[in-house]
Amino acid sequence: MTTENGLLTIKDLKVKINDKEILKGVNLKIGPGEVHAIMGPNGTGKSTLAYALAGKASYEVTSGSVTMEGENVLDMSPDERARKGMFLAFQYPSEVPGVTVDNFLRVAYNTVKKKELSIWEFRNLLKEKMEFLKIDESFSGRYLNEGFSGGEKKRNEILQMAVLTPKLAILDETDSGLDIDALQIVAKGVNELLPEDSSVLVITHYQRILRYIKPDFVHVMINGKIVETGGGELAEKLEEQGYDWLKEKYGESGKDNNNVTANN
Amino acid sequence: MSLPTTDIGTEEYKYGFSDDVKPEIKFEKGLSRQTVEDISNIKNEPGWMTETRLKAYEIFLEKPMPEWGADLSDIDFDDIIYFVRASDRKMTNWDDVPAEIKETFEKLGIPESERKFLAGAEAQYDSESVYGALQGEWEKQGVIFVDTDTALREHEKLLRKYFGSVVPATDNKLAALNTAVWSGGSFLYIPKGVRVGLPLQAYFRINTQNMGQFERTMIIADEGSNVQYIEGCTAPTYTTNSLHSAVVEIICKKDSRVRYTTLQNWSGNVYNLVTKRAQAYENATMEWIDANLGSKVTMKYPSVYLMERGAKADVISIAFANTGQHQDVGSKVVHLAPYTTSKILSKSISKGKGRSTYRGLVKIHEGMEGCKSNVNCDALLLDEASATDTYPYIEIEDPTAAIEHEATVSKLSDEQIFYLQQRGVPEDEARNMIINGFIEPFTKLLPLEYAVEMNRLIELQMEGSVG
Repeated sequence: MTTENGLLTIKDLKVKINDKEILKGVNLKIGPGEVHAIMGPNGTGKSTLAYALAGKASYEVTSGSVTMEGENVLDMSPDERARKGMFLAFQYPSEVPGVTVDNFLRVAYNTVKKKELSIWEFRNLLKEKMEFLKIDESFSGRYLNEGFSGGEKKRNEILQMAVLTPKLAILDETDSGLDIDALQIVAKGVNELLPEDSSVLVITHYQRILRYIKPDFVHVMINGKIVETGGGELAEKLEEQGYDWLKEKYGESGKDNNNVTANN
Repeated sequence: MSLPTTDIGTEEYKYGFSDDVKPEIKFEKGLSRQTVEDISNIKNEPGWMTETRLKAYEIFLEKPMPEWGADLSDIDFDDIIYFVRASDRKMTNWDDVPAEIKETFEKLGIPESERKFLAGAEAQYDSESVYGALQGEWEKQGVIFVDTDTALREHEKLLRKYFGSVVPATDNKLAALNTAVWSGGSFLYIPKGVRVGLPLQAYFRINTQNMGQFERTMIIADEGSNVQYIEGCTAPTYTTNSLHSAVVEIICKKDSRVRYTTLQNWSGNVYNLVTKRAQAYENATMEWIDANLGSKVTMKYPSVYLMERGAKADVISIAFANTGQHQDVGSKVVHLAPYTTSKILSKSISKGKGRSTYRGLVKIHEGMEGCKSNVNCDALLLDEASATDTYPYIEIEDPTAAIEHEATVSKLSDEQIFYLQQRGVPEDEARNMIINGFIEPFTKLLPLEYAVEMNRLIELQMEGSVG
């Protein structure tokens, strides 16, 4: 399961929020062009991993390392990480009144891509992606996430991903709250609007999204650790059997009850 | 910060008053009946204006200082020179202009020639190239756009009819003071049915007269006319005077529409106490667009009296209170006729130890049926030390009125900043983006070049803020 020339390498990552340890030693390697899924019951630290990778300030990394193309990610500010090619599609994106989608995205695009596209040049680029994602034209003039429905917010996240074409796209519960049509459009965006060598980390509770975004690797997280890793078949097994067998096997401690040594 | 003071009394008389018949009058600090008479005499004003000034002076003496708002206890009326002749106005030495002001000019990209003018180190700014051609066009249509002293000489009848009719000297102590000692300001008359396409900008008309502390501005929009007027600019107005107390009177006749935009950024030593009021008649619309930055204390509540059926008031203001500043601003709308409408949107940003106050009044009198009013006050606090308070008085005497009122206080949220940062935008820029978004409902009403300057100015205000 190891990848030579990894894009992202996470070693023994431990993260505290408000003095409570949430991630208790996560190990993960993601190679270029790979699709990884992290599944698990609610409250096991899946989203914490996503925000810790993106550099959220209140998340305290107590040990471990994260490198992207060999560079230490943990030393970078959130915007440096983004410019390095990391993108997080938020589960609950913030509303930013008065800032239009197109203006904001143009600033982001020019910053990340080190370009200086004019309003008109950028508008063409944006229009193309919006058509692909079946987003209405009027959308680009609306204030960022303000008054958006749940589905619109998710679609807006994928639109941003499509414009910024990151090396690593982390999708935090992007499937939650989406109907099947919206889910298919979002998945199509991830499959077709990202470059071939972009990697994807899908964080999800349900197997549903993985029918449309096919994972190369599926990881299960329980109590702040990745306890099982497999291929697409692992997701199917979870769909059929739920998480209970894993909870029984690893318990609340995240340790294999049948095998006392820590799982890595 | 110690500032050079204007003290012409002790200076040798350099540019003598050209009219030899007049006795030499020296204006010392402080105010008396004699000072008021001297001001009027030296300008050769008609007797009724001298009388108006003297009456106002008595009212000024009687009226108490307003104590319901910001702290004004440091104002010393005896330490102010109330009149400076244009020809005597001592230019500020450019070398004495504080470094931070110069730096701001630099950062705002204000051209060299304008910088000296804005800092009071140069008396005139050549506006001919900007307005020369247009002015001829307006004059043909009967538009009058002159400084108020000129208007008193050349359009006395018109001025006399409206002077003090919207803001009488009895209104408040500072309006009385202005009436007693006013100089300069703009006088604008738009004849029936005339629409002035471009905004008229007082900035380009500024001369030493209406840079004054006590300017008096009047706009009379005749029936069916339409005009936009812009005063000030985003560059900091550097002045050694500690009190700026203007009066603005506007008359919007039937079916007319007036938009009055103010962008002011006073230096931090200034008390900015301004009375602005408009009367709107049948189906007329009055819009106040008002930005307040800088100054030590600003108290300003642009108001509209809705006089006849169908009149509308639209007031949108922003205030930025930085450390050492108190912006006590808001709006007042009085519904004196049925089926009148008002809309007030007030946005304030407080930073450091800055304090912003919204103070507003909407009054709908008994029997004025079918009135509508919508009031929104949004305050944004940038850090723990900053403060805001809201006093939205709403007095409704008619049961058919439709009133909406909403007030919000928000803090610059870490979630928003993180979200924008995650898209590659550096933290400072993310912060500015959120703040500029917050005032966007205001900036979108400004002409583009002003909107751009406004955003840049906010960014300058934000510099050095700690995350």
